[in-house]
Amino acid sequence: MSTSMLPAHDPALEFLDHRTPIDRARGLLHRYPALSPAIVLVVSVIVFGFLNDRFWAPGNLSLITQQVAVVGTLAVAQTLVILTAGIDLSVGSAMVLASMVIAQVTSAAGVPAVPALMIGLVVGLATGGLNGLLVTRLKLPPFIATLGTLNIFLAITLLYSRGATVRGAEMPSLMTWTGTTFPVFGVRISTGVLLMLGAYLLVALVLSRTAWGTHVYAVGDDKDAARLSGISVNRVLLSVYLSAGAILALAAWIQIGRSNAASPNVGVDLNLDSITAVVIGGTSLFGGRGTVWGTLLGALIVGVFRNGLSLAGLDVLYQTLAVGVLVIIAVSLDQWIRKVRK
Amino acid sequence: MTTIDATTQTDRPGGPATTPILEAHGLVKTFGRVVGLDGVDLELYRGEVLAIIGDNGAGKSTLIKCLTGAEIPDRGGILLDGKPVHFKRPQDARTAGIETVYQTLAVAPSLDVASNLFLGREVRRKGVLGSVFRMTDRAGMRERARRELRELGISTLQDVTVPVENLSGGQRQAVAVARAAAFGSKVVVLDEPTAALGVRESGQVLELVRTLRDKGVPVIIISHNMPQVFEVADRIHIQRLGKRVATITPKSHTMTEAVAIMTGAAEA
Ligand SMILES: Nc1ncnc2c1ncn2[C@@H]1O[C@H](COP(=O)(O)OP(=O)(O)O)[C@@H](O)[C@H]1O
Ligand SMILES: [Mg+2]
Repeated sequence: MSTSMLPAHDPALEFLDHRTPIDRARGLLHRYPALSPAIVLVVSVIVFGFLNDRFWAPGNLSLITQQVAVVGTLAVAQTLVILTAGIDLSVGSAMVLASMVIAQVTSAAGVPAVPALMIGLVVGLATGGLNGLLVTRLKLPPFIATLGTLNIFLAITLLYSRGATVRGAEMPSLMTWTGTTFPVFGVRISTGVLLMLGAYLLVALVLSRTAWGTHVYAVGDDKDAARLSGISVNRVLLSVYLSAGAILALAAWIQIGRSNAASPNVGVDLNLDSITAVVIGGTSLFGGRGTVWGTLLGALIVGVFRNGLSLAGLDVLYQTLAVGVLVIIAVSLDQWIRKVRK
Repeated sequence: MTTIDATTQTDRPGGPATTPILEAHGLVKTFGRVVGLDGVDLELYRGEVLAIIGDNGAGKSTLIKCLTGAEIPDRGGILLDGKPVHFKRPQDARTAGIETVYQTLAVAPSLDVASNLFLGREVRRKGVLGSVFRMTDRAGMRERARRELRELGISTLQDVTVPVENLSGGQRQAVAVARAAAFGSKVVVLDEPTAALGVRESGQVLELVRTLRDKGVPVIIISHNMPQVFEVADRIHIQRLGKRVATITPKSHTMTEAVAIMTGAAEA
């Protein structure tokens, strides 16, 4: 009865694979999703440095980091959502709403800085919570839910602010503190960039070191499998959208410091730019695969391309063109990499 | 051919005195006007492999689902270790010690083997790192995963850091079965675990089923494959038209006789 019907298994056979170098490369990229953006970033930095030596000027490097701070922070939120096989089209407009509320309550209503930031956090959590409820309770596809809230947040922002910009001088100094810079090896780094890096570090740790992080990946991988494994899928999804809301509130603060003002008209591009950074960073739109470090690289790649091309004297439209091409290459690469799955 | 009662009395492993570890009586489950289960009894004893066979629509999956909390029976009762249980959802059955490997494999492909084994029951680190910062004990879970796999005799899966999507179908099934078997479960239920596998891989899974049984964990296995059923099962529960028509053993009946009972060509 217990005699095996198998030939004795030879573990060495597992390693005698007959894969081509291309298969190996694909396997490597599959295992380390941040590898391809890392290569692209290094190569583009070298190329743009050769094309124009002003690229390496401390002032220029400082500019790149500051230009990346806001979209880079939003992209952390976007990564969480995309890892669950969702998408958040509304992060940018939700961020602008939060920044306008912060600006208004400090300037017009005279609320002190710290409570105002808390109010901003509540606005961020409310926008994330709304998206989360639409996705988990009404079972709307995230694309549709956030397309709706994108417009809702945009309209509320314009109605609430009456289209007016609030200047940094009208707010307490803590509001624009995120725009203050200090030198690091001669390159001026802003507090906002540090806060962004803090958000990356925190989310990276949470994703790789907590059960919640594992569940985020599992939900993005296969919702039914996650459910049968005893994971409360809706709870994970809701918490992801709420986290995105908290992170976009941080981005709102960084935005106010960066532009030394709160303007209702800044955020429309940011919705899509955050997705661009995530996708170029190697995170799969199908969920379950990717890292926030890849996203940071993706955000830096976009910043370096825009900066390098403009230093090379090319029209801004060529920057847009280049970013578009990068997105398509990144998604094609992801499709190809995913074929590793049997 | 013998009667149902005769076989269940004489051939159950623990002898007449033992109570079944899992017992169902009079299970009825209807879906609108469709009768899925029409008063089904089932007994699973310690240390046995019980196969469930039956034609398509005979109620095999519905029976399993009622036993594992995925469906709530309209009538009838379930006893685990002699005590009545009322599962509302799969997690309830799991908490009670009934682990199920569903036909649609419940694994997360991009997570590694160790993460899959511990999915939904991750172990936190000791001290504040675990209690306050909620960090998982990755090294500990990997070590424990290696040990569990070794004890189950799954030698091909020693690298527990490989993502499950890089494994073959049989290895994935082994991960799913190991997941069900690894945590001191009382009962393991497998719904057609070899349906999508080749001969060699099926053999590995059946070997795993036997290992489980030998470790004292009773297994319920649904299968369409008669040679496999007769190779691995201690007793065979035959479902037909929502009812249990017989419980036989590989010794008491031939495969042809079993198929005849299953299709209604012969009385049990
Ligand atoms: N969710 C359901 N809704 C309606 N009918 C169902 C449902 N599940 C099972 N049935 C019916 O119950 C009967 C038994 O099905 P099932 O348990 O899946 O059989 P088996 O697994 O033996 O093939 C079939 O007639 C099937 O159509
Ligand atoms: Mg079935």
